[in-house]
Amino acid sequence: MTAVKSVQENPVEEFLRTDRLPHVWCSGCGIGTTVNCFARAVKECGIPLDDLAIVSGIGCTGRVAGYLKLDSFHTTHGRGVAFASGLYLANPKLKVVVYSGDGDLVGIGGNHFIHAARRNLDITVILLNNFTYAMTGGQVTPTAPLESIETTTPYGVFEENFNLPHLAASCGAVYVARWTAYHVMQVKKAMVEALNKKGFSFIEILSPCPTIYLRRNRLGSAVDELKYFKDRSVIQHGADTREVGIDVRRPDKVIVGKFVDIDKPDYLTAMNNHLSKVLGDKYVRWGE
Amino acid sequence: MAEVKCTTADPKGVLTGVHYMDGNHAACEGALAAGCRFVAGYPITPSTEVVERFSARIPVVGGVFIQMEDEVASSICLQGAVWGGLKAMTVSSGPGISLMQEHIGLAACLETPCVFVNVQRGGPSTGLPTLPGQADMQQCRWGSHGDYEIIALSPSTVQESFDFIVDAFNLAEVYRVPVFFQMDECVGHMTEKVVIPEANKIEVVERRFTSDSPEEYLPFKPGSDLVPEMVKAGDGYRFHVTGLTHNEKGYPVINAQAQHEMCWRLVNKIEKNAHKIWKYEEDDVEGAEVLVLSYGISARVALKAIEMAKEKGVKVGRMRLIVVWPFPEPRVKELAGKVKAIVVPELNIRGQIAREVERVVEGTCKVVRVPHAGGTVHDPDQILEAIMEAVK
Repeated sequence: MTAVKSVQENPVEEFLRTDRLPHVWCSGCGIGTTVNCFARAVKECGIPLDDLAIVSGIGCTGRVAGYLKLDSFHTTHGRGVAFASGLYLANPKLKVVVYSGDGDLVGIGGNHFIHAARRNLDITVILLNNFTYAMTGGQVTPTAPLESIETTTPYGVFEENFNLPHLAASCGAVYVARWTAYHVMQVKKAMVEALNKKGFSFIEILSPCPTIYLRRNRLGSAVDELKYFKDRSVIQHGADTREVGIDVRRPDKVIVGKFVDIDKPDYLTAMNNHLSKVLGDKYVRWGE
Repeated sequence: MAEVKCTTADPKGVLTGVHYMDGNHAACEGALAAGCRFVAGYPITPSTEVVERFSARIPVVGGVFIQMEDEVASSICLQGAVWGGLKAMTVSSGPGISLMQEHIGLAACLETPCVFVNVQRGGPSTGLPTLPGQADMQQCRWGSHGDYEIIALSPSTVQESFDFIVDAFNLAEVYRVPVFFQMDECVGHMTEKVVIPEANKIEVVERRFTSDSPEEYLPFKPGSDLVPEMVKAGDGYRFHVTGLTHNEKGYPVINAQAQHEMCWRLVNKIEKNAHKIWKYEEDDVEGAEVLVLSYGISARVALKAIEMAKEKGVKVGRMRLIVVWPFPEPRVKELAGKVKAIVVPELNIRGQIAREVERVVEGTCKVVRVPHAGGTVHDPDQILEAIMEAVK
């Protein structure tokens, strides 16, 4: 008798460290959804898997690197971008992706983020924004909208937050997009584009944290959040990034889309061109 | 298990000849000779000349210098470069080294072979930016949280700034640890003759890349010397590393057993191999009444005091630590049984190395600290006085 194959193989399994499953994320969390998008983007992007490396910092999204079957680095809190900078510069054939959370990348890691964007290093940063330090139980992050209740802002947030697409764009990122965990096809497409973009590419993905952020702010379930993203997202490609901030909880509209897609010399191209110009034949061109 | 492979320096990085330069420049040349092709740095007195020279030299040697946004970034950027396949270092001084501590722990945990140069100045805090100190000797050993071991070397001369930084890179590769190169402002800024040998006379240790296939490879499976073999990103191994406590596969395991296995190995790979790492210099220790034990610039100042003491008829032996950590415990213990006292001059107040000597000799002989807050070197008379006091 032939055995019946009862479980169909997941199409993204080849990109995952299945020996590490189940993962640590809560049910309803958006991180896994975006990892699924990423795995599909990896499949489509045309970059050989051996040339892809993934780096994470610390936190819930910081665990992403550990589940992807690529050369993967789970580094320190906020420093993934600085690690990625060295990894890429040492071995420029690599496409290095930093995949981490809002608190990690623009809280503790903000300095590295802005400088990598300024240098236009040829890396991709995928930032999952769930408006909270989820792994430590829900403290305020630099992205938390006004009046958000977090464990360290029990009376509500009163400080201004970051508008991340604007931050990235104004620091020099050549590709900037924002989507939500609802927009799975758009997220995947943006990831493919970012992976193939020369220079510093940045994607912000708004994502539900039902266990902590949504619950504590009485915003309902993960499904409610996805419905909100579905109903209130407005696609505005090329939007002025100054206008896309999310300064209150559940604003009437969330502007999503591809905001920036420009071309300018990336760090290594600039370095090689400049040093060749100044030093002539003495210069040993790097990474070519 | 892949053996440690030695080769000779790549001539592209070797400035063979007789030079007159300062210790910081010599350390840079030594790093280039050792095969260092990546530096991530951030300016800080009195170390800056090392990265300034590297930034000028590396474009014609082939490699990368990047000035990072801060020392936190430098100290992890260089580790990215190592996992990308290059030999790398960063360079700093007190305040910068304090900022780097988190990533010294990361380097210990990921077993990233790399070199941290500390041109020591007076502290605490901003302290004495332009003046010497030797008060980071315990920091380099214990500065990051948790249990781990590092290796530290301390040069006394400009020539040694070249020679021993090559050793520092080699030791980093052999044991896959962060290696500290503990200079001080005096050695860094002192100008002396430096002889840089021909490339084929400079021994360089290659990275211990695995010969295992990606299917069999385990990133943290130790060899018989407790050191695991390495790979680099982009070679198809699809490996994972994490700063979390991990198993041989590199996967996080959050329990006491995994912690026990990982931490004991991180400590033991240095402790059990310490006899292969120790490096020190001795003079006149046989029949000595008193031993002067020092390192770095203080060991040089001590030479004058020793000479003066000998003129007064005291039998003085000398031991100079070149590798400071791991500490040459058995030898110091042995000498302690032969002398009346060990005198330890160093540019810190609390006897950072002296207390290690005290711990090791267990009261067998007197240990006389010669503390100095830094800002200048000892007056040889101070050390002489301690020697005379010790033989009383």
